[in-house]
Formats: sequence, C-alpha cells, structure tokens
Amino acid sequence: MISRKGKDLLIQNLFLFFASISILVLFLIMAFLFKEGLPIIEVVSPLRFLFGKSWYPTYEPPEFGILPLIMGSVAVTLGAITIAIPLGVATAIYLSEVANLRVKELLKPVIELLAGVPSVVYGFFGLVVVAPWIQDLFDLPTGLTALTASIMLGIMASPTVISISEDALSSVPISYREASLALGTTKWHTAISVTVPAALSGICTACILGMARAIEETMTVLMVAGGAAIIPTTLLQPVRPMTANIIAEMGEAVHGSEHFHALFAIAVVLFFITLALNLLADYISHRFKETGSATL
Amino acid sequence: MANNTKIMVENLIFYYGNDKALEDVSMLIQENKITALIGPSGCGKSTFLRVLNRMNDLIPGTKLKGKVLIDGYDIYSNTTDVVELRKKVGMVFQKSNPFPKSIFDNVAYGPRAHGIRDKARLTNIVEESLEKAAIWDEVKDKLKQSAMELSGGQQQRLCIARALAINPEIILMDEPASALDPISTAKIEELIRVLKEKYTIVIVTHNMQQAARVSDYTGFFLLGELIEFSDTNKIFTSPQDSRTEDYITGRFG
Repeated sequence: MISRKGKDLLIQNLFLFFASISILVLFLIMAFLFKEGLPIIEVVSPLRFLFGKSWYPTYEPPEFGILPLIMGSVAVTLGAITIAIPLGVATAIYLSEVANLRVKELLKPVIELLAGVPSVVYGFFGLVVVAPWIQDLFDLPTGLTALTASIMLGIMASPTVISISEDALSSVPISYREASLALGTTKWHTAISVTVPAALSGICTACILGMARAIEETMTVLMVAGGAAIIPTTLLQPVRPMTANIIAEMGEAVHGSEHFHALFAIAVVLFFITLALNLLADYISHRFKETGSATL
Repeated sequence: MANNTKIMVENLIFYYGNDKALEDVSMLIQENKITALIGPSGCGKSTFLRVLNRMNDLIPGTKLKGKVLIDGYDIYSNTTDVVELRKKVGMVFQKSNPFPKSIFDNVAYGPRAHGIRDKARLTNIVEESLEKAAIWDEVKDKLKQSAMELSGGQQQRLCIARALAINPEIILMDEPASALDPISTAKIEELIRVLKEKYTIVIVTHNMQQAARVSDYTGFFLLGELIEFSDTNKIFTSPQDSRTEDYITGRFG
C-alpha cells in the first residue's frame, strides 16, 4: 500500500510527465528545424537571405532571396484579415448580442464546421469557383492571384476570429449590459459602447490568432495563389507564399543540399513569425486581466 | 393615498417560463416618497422592481399579466418605447456595476447616449450628478481615473450618480447597500433620504432596519404575494397580518 501522500505525488508526477512530452516534442521539432535550416548561413548571409529579391534555388549559381516569398505571405495574409476581421467580429457581435437562442444554436455549429473543412477542399473551391470569377471580373491572364488566396484564407480564418471574439463578448458580465440598458440606451448602443470595448483585448487576440491562421495555411495557398516568386505590387498578381514554396519544392530538393537547407530556413522564419504573433496575442489578452478590463 | 400616485400596479401576475413569480400584486406608489419592498429571498421583490423598468424583458420566456401604469400610461402596451421608459425610470443595482471606463465617462455615459455632445454641458451634468450622489468631493480631482479603482461604497454612489445623470423621475434601487460596510451604508441611506425631494424612489432591501429608517411606505412580499402594504410606521408598529409580524420580529427570514 502506498500512502495517500505518495499516491498524490505519483499522480502529480504522472501528469507532469505527460505535460512534459508535448513540450519535449515541440523542442525536438525546433531543434530539427534549426539543425536543417541554419547551414544555409554558410551559403548566403542572413540579410541577403531575408531581403534578397530573387529566389532561383536551382540556377547555377543559385539565388536564395526569400523577400518575394515573405511579401507573398504578407500580401495574402493582409488580404485575408481585411476580410476575416470585419466578417468575424461582426458575426461574433451578432451571435453574442443580437441573435436569439435558436439562431445561435444553429449558427455556432455551422461556423465550427467551417473550421473543420479540410483546406484542400477550400483550395479546390478556390480553384474552380473563385479563380475563374476573379479572372473574368478583372480580365486577368490568370485567376490564381493573391486576391483569390486572400478571399479563401479570409473565409478560413474567420471561424477563429468568430469563436474567440464571441467567447470574449460572452464573458463580459451581464451587469455591464444591464447598467447600460437601464440608462435608456438601445441594445445596439450597449453592444458598441460597453460590451465591445470591454471585450476588446479578447477581440484583438482573436484577430491576431486569425492572422496566424492565415499565414500558416499551406494547401490552399499552394492551390490558388498562383505560385510566382515575385514581389507583388497589386493583389491581382500571382504570389508564392512561404508555406506554398516549402511544400512545392521540398519534394524535388536533394536531401542535404543547399536548396534543402534553404527551405528549412524558410520554415525557421515562418516559425518566428507565428511565434511572434502568438506571443503578441498572449500579451494583449493578459494585459488587462488584472483590472478586469481596459479603461477606455 | 391616491393623490399623487406615480406608479399604479394592478393585478400583476408574472411568470418565469411556467413558474409564477408574482401573484396578483396591486400597489400604488406615491410621488416623491420612498417605498421599500421587504421580504425573504425569492419572495419576488426584485422581480417586482424589475417589472417597473421592464428590465425583465432581457430574460427570455417571461410573461406578464395585469397592468403597470406610470403617470397613467401603461408601460407594457405595444406602443411603449422601452428606451424612453428607462430614461424616466433609472435603476441602481445590488452589485455596483460601473463600466470599466473613467469616472467622468461613467456618469457622462447616459447623457452622451441621449445625444448630448457639448463638452461644457456634459461637464456640468457630471459635476451636478456627482454632487447629488454625495461623492463629488471624493472624486473631483480624479475624474479621469478608472471607476474600477474606487472602493465598493464609492462605486455604488457613482452608479447612483450615473443613474441621476439621465434625469429620471423614478429611481429603482435593488438592495443598493447589501454589499457595503456600515459606514458606506449610512452614506447611501442619507443620500436616499435627500434624493426623495426630487425623485420617486422604490427600494428593495433585505434589511428591515433599513426599510424602517429610510422609507415612507413599505410593502412586505412573501412567496410572490404582496402580503401587506402601508405606511412604514404602521407596518413596523402594528402590522395587520400575522405573517408580516412574524417576519419583522425575526421569527423567520
């Protein structure tokens, strides 16, 4: 028989063990990423890698400048959040402040389903529906553009924005709403002047996580962004975001070659971008926690 | 008693879903008087209070029968503008609930929502309301600070100031001092007595001494029924109903 204290300790350590595994795995992935990505420094300087304007990995000599890829990612991500934030926040406000229970119970699972659709399905939809439409609308040589990718990513990121914003809005105490309504204000006025400001840190977090969702999406952008490694000047040009570039070239890069290391280095860059976004989201959501909410 | 009736409630029956919360309540509430509603928890006194500014509309599945007239108008008729009604009937809640905004913005919230934009006028309203709520001296130097930094008693007086800023005629108070210390409670009670010169006040309280101290009329609720309603003096010195007597003498509660 183990003592009660011993049992307690055993269980505690068991859970600690499982928790440690996930952290360990994360560190292993990181270590592997750096091990395979860092050797590229021997070929190009970090600055030339990040800000070089040409990506010709198979030329002789090769060029490993990933600025066009970064700009491709930036273009589709900015396009995507321009769609996802208004759409997502407005939907969240509707769900939490306006919709009656029945509408809410119908809409929430549908939105969650939207998040569960495989990205290849979105890509396919973008390919056969959105791209031809964009091509016709703007009279372009190809419909596979940054805009097409933005639209698809915008739709894909909005469930993230909606569900986190909605959580933030729902956790605003009902007493705030009552106080506002009791002062003779409309439901709408109450939502805009009290509930949304009180939930603002949560809504910001939602938007940043939505952005992270857009920047890390791979399959869809591979299918609909067009794949041209050029720095875009408008959203109507084809682009090659970092994620799409990695997956498109990984198969043909010789294991251990400069090209191979360069692709891992792109993954390292991507890793830091998403890490920064997550830290930012974390910072914003914790910032106002102590006083309950922001003073606006 | 019917000379200056401000609120007339007739045969009010109120349901939450299928549960009857109020049973055939009739009451005349006098202008510029303080009417206290007492009774044990769950007796319907808060529900009754929230009927008067239609706050219960926010709860799905409530149903109401009977009539509630304020200044002779049926506030539950189809043509009633709830927003206008609540401008006229202010409310102070049990738990102080200032917005997470500055002290100034809290008080200015109502007037701003009703279209007052002029800075000087807003400043005036804020100062006046804070003075009426007897908190001006304590906060005049820190109007820009967050209302969340005030003490519980100050927050509650701020909420009263916020309610006064929309210039209501009636103020409903739902156990406004139940979460406060004795000193803050005394301040609130003193404030209530002063306010009755300009406003009609209906106050729900758990505390019978409080009802006896501040009110002109008292209604005793039990299990959704209004058992007895009359002058506060009469209720506390010679209650007509034995249940009222049992309650105020502390035999149950």
